[in-house]
Amino acid sequence: MRISIHHRTVYRYERPIVYTIQSLKQTPQEYAAQTILRWRLRSADGTPMPSFLDSFGNRTHTLVINKPHDVVEILVDGLVETRDSAGVVRGAPEPFPIAAYLRETALTEPDGALKELAEGCRGAADLVGTAHCLMDKIRARIDYRVGATHVETTAAAALAAGYGVCQDHAHAFIACARHLGLPARYVSGYLAAGDGSEVYEASHAWAEIFIPDLGWVGFDPANAICPNQTYVRVATGLDYREAAPVRGLRKGLAEESLDVAVRVIQEAEQQQA
Amino acid sequence: MTEPAFFDEMTLADGAVRPAYKELSDWLTSTPAEQFRLKRREADILFRRLGITFAVYGEGGDPERLIPFDVIPRVLSALEWAYMQKGLEQRVRTLNAFIWDIYHDQEILKAGVVPEALILKNSSYLPEMQGVDPPGGIYSHISGIDMVRVGENDFYVLEDNCRTPSGVSYMLENREVMMRLFPALFSQHRVAPVDEYGDYLVQTLRECAPRHVEGEATVAILTPGIFNSAYFEHSFLADQMGVELVEGQDLFVEGESVFMRTTQGPKQVDVIYRRIDDAFIDPLTFNPESALGVPGLMNVYRAGRITLANGVGAGIADDKAVYTYVPAMVKFYLGEEPILKNVPTYRCADQDSLAYVLDNLAELVVKEVHGSGGYGMLVGPKASQAEREAYAARIKADPSDFIAQPTLALSTCPTHVEEGVAPRHVDFRPFVLSSGASIRMVKGGLTRVALKSGSLVVNSSQGGGTKDTWVLEE
Amino acid sequence: MLSRTANNIYWLSRYMERAENLARILEVADRMSKMPNLEGEGHYSEWRSAMIISGCEPLFEESGLPADAVAIVDFIARSEENPSSIYCCIQAARENGRAVRTKLTTEMWETLNDTWLGLEQRWNDAKRRGEIRAFLDWVKERSTLFRGTLYGTMLRDEAYYFSRLGTFLERADNTARILDVKYHVLLPEGEDVGGGVDHYQWMTVLRAVSALRSYHYLYRENPKPWKIAELLVLRREMPRSLISCMGEIVANLEGLAEQYGGRSPSHRLAGKMFSELKFTSAEEVFQGGLHEFLTKFISRNNRLGEDITRDYMFTG
Repeated sequence: MRISIHHRTVYRYERPIVYTIQSLKQTPQEYAAQTILRWRLRSADGTPMPSFLDSFGNRTHTLVINKPHDVVEILVDGLVETRDSAGVVRGAPEPFPIAAYLRETALTEPDGALKELAEGCRGAADLVGTAHCLMDKIRARIDYRVGATHVETTAAAALAAGYGVCQDHAHAFIACARHLGLPARYVSGYLAAGDGSEVYEASHAWAEIFIPDLGWVGFDPANAICPNQTYVRVATGLDYREAAPVRGLRKGLAEESLDVAVRVIQEAEQQQA
Repeated sequence: MTEPAFFDEMTLADGAVRPAYKELSDWLTSTPAEQFRLKRREADILFRRLGITFAVYGEGGDPERLIPFDVIPRVLSALEWAYMQKGLEQRVRTLNAFIWDIYHDQEILKAGVVPEALILKNSSYLPEMQGVDPPGGIYSHISGIDMVRVGENDFYVLEDNCRTPSGVSYMLENREVMMRLFPALFSQHRVAPVDEYGDYLVQTLRECAPRHVEGEATVAILTPGIFNSAYFEHSFLADQMGVELVEGQDLFVEGESVFMRTTQGPKQVDVIYRRIDDAFIDPLTFNPESALGVPGLMNVYRAGRITLANGVGAGIADDKAVYTYVPAMVKFYLGEEPILKNVPTYRCADQDSLAYVLDNLAELVVKEVHGSGGYGMLVGPKASQAEREAYAARIKADPSDFIAQPTLALSTCPTHVEEGVAPRHVDFRPFVLSSGASIRMVKGGLTRVALKSGSLVVNSSQGGGTKDTWVLEE
Repeated sequence: MLSRTANNIYWLSRYMERAENLARILEVADRMSKMPNLEGEGHYSEWRSAMIISGCEPLFEESGLPADAVAIVDFIARSEENPSSIYCCIQAARENGRAVRTKLTTEMWETLNDTWLGLEQRWNDAKRRGEIRAFLDWVKERSTLFRGTLYGTMLRDEAYYFSRLGTFLERADNTARILDVKYHVLLPEGEDVGGGVDHYQWMTVLRAVSALRSYHYLYRENPKPWKIAELLVLRREMPRSLISCMGEIVANLEGLAEQYGGRSPSHRLAGKMFSELKFTSAEEVFQGGLHEFLTKFISRNNRLGEDITRDYMFTG
């Protein structure tokens, strides 16, 4: 499937600020089920953005604007060819040690309730079964509700509240998986609508766990399915913090307003050659 | 119970004076007590005037305090130094190889020499550092290795400080003050100088400049600011090295580089000797609340465009459980026998050790694996029953957070105290500078002394003082 | 040099100069308040002038303190609520100095540090004995000592220039403010508004900038309002005149230009202000209105300070 992505992030300030710095993880890597046909990430003012690969292999750009400005505008324009691999991720760069994906992080530290939920899936026939069990339980326990949680909400808090967004589902899943000794990570990316899934967010997040015979396998607890060809995988990390599309700071006192527009479209079927 | 016999570095049990102390011993005998009192007062005045203070805020009283200084030097023979130097070089080379390995292929974990979980689940292991290539492969450019002595030929490493070892300014200023107080004593001894330290440090840092830097690299010291307890040392070193002392607000990231704001516009910085902890160094990557750091610094670091000394994540080598594996690391990385010994250590993470430690708390010293500065430790023989019980509960709650060691019979040195000259326990922190191309040390270090009779705690935060350390030339 | 260092040094000097000027203003107000009361509204007007000059009047009114001499003196000299009090200025000077201690000479640091350490004691002693003037004299003495130490020990390089810029920008501002508050009594002859009290007022202005004796020496006659204005605006011999301050500012900017190998935009404004003063006569100043002239000067002087900050210290 061909998926085109237009992602525009605009920060506006009521009066000029003097300095902006942002770390952008908005560049997908290719792997067996994902080919990048076109990808452009740029700042609307033309500021060049140097980049590096982070610990997890994410291409990370740094945007710095060091002069008075009242707008920061970041544009993504991409076209990706995807294939359904039942969630299995093969051929992606994997620089980070697998055992280190067992680390607890502030956002994914399991509390008693998460541990209990995880323990309830221990009996599954195999690890894939365990993961499906976790996914279903988390989906049932955390209602999808926009705006009720924020980027720093912990997995434990989301479970206790009983609602959240895809980020919270992913964190809860990761917390449980790690508790059961399964290396797990956070994935941020895009989801192309139109396949009848019950939840739809163009910018999306899910989780992956490492299963010895299969390698990394994706699970999307917000939709209770494994990612398919409608998913575009962009960045990974131990939790949201490492995989966040934008992490930024600014200098200057001014009210900020944020405007994000994401258009993710399934392109018309191409003629097969 | 008999008093344990302590090794005195001047006088042996049979009353004989060790050769290195011959002249000093004569001097001590011939100098009237009043003279020491006078000199000590003079030293205090010198330290105050030079502004050698460490700041303690929030405890009331004068926030700018002096660390007590003892006017009687500690003497090490050329032979003793040669042995230590060789051992220290080996140890620091090993520690740097270890940190490099941990943030790259983790061969030592794969080989099972160090347990994987001890590192990968350790809060001192920083995921953000995985795959970063610091120039020269060096993470700990400045290492402070704490050593203790228990006998004529028995030296132990007590702990490794690869993160941000401090105290070197006292080594330098103690010497400066001693030379002013007792010039004649120096003419009777061939004392190796220590004043090249600033030059060595700046050379070491320049050798570690990022690969793209042509010509002389621009070095700066990054301090948390005047309210930091070690601010004096930061400004002292900046002076010694002839480099700028900057705060986070003086630096900014633009393009692929770090700049400092100067009166003549932005000036690119190549090497930052930072005295700010990892967690605060870059709010964009670590603690977002930090106002001390430089947003985006890690991005530039990762891209190889700035050198940070010490490297980020080097603290993994300071962990007291990791410490227990250093002798094994020496063999693993260098294929050599370790020259310096570790203190025998019980890892409470091991079930058997835990049981032993809990049964023998009264004889042991127990430390938190992430602790430093003498805080949060239990000195079994000095603790009350209630203190031991409370501590035992903490150990049981999270055994892997603790290690235990036998109470060491630290050596003593003659020290001037209220009653006159008396033996007091000491330890020793030499400073090792590594650039990948070379390892440099000045012949000396910081001797800390427990001024209270019988006390084994030498930390300045807990009533310890310092002494000048003389390494005699052949 | 780091911009922050320059900034600290600049403010260190500004605050020391400000502390001294506050001491002078209080001293004069105190003297005036002891004169026979010829005006209807009592001595309060003198104390009020002191607050207007030091810019703390709104803050004082907000504080709800009683509008009497004791409260006002406390507010200007010792209050920690008033960021422009002598106490706060010396504290700020010392904090700025501490941050750049290694860039100061030992003597400068000791003078500064001792001033801060002795401040509380001096104030308490003066209060107890009811001798506020002794405290004010001490402040003036310490500021003078600091300036002298700086002048006598500091290397003539960028740090020195920034320090001097701070001193003279602050001093120019202060002289202009004193003149402005008293401008109504400095109207040219023929527009005389008052009787005997005016004479005291003129003396006040001169004393506030330590110029009484200089005036007599230069003019050899009793104080005449327009001559006082001329002395404090246009006479280069007078070290606290606006033109003297501007001359020093230009010279120190020139020092920076020489060391850095180039001028910054702030030079142009400083040069312009200096040459305008050079080619202006007292008559012209009065024709356009002294108040208007001073208002404009104060605002340009502020801008000059901002420009220098922008050009070298990149704050904001």
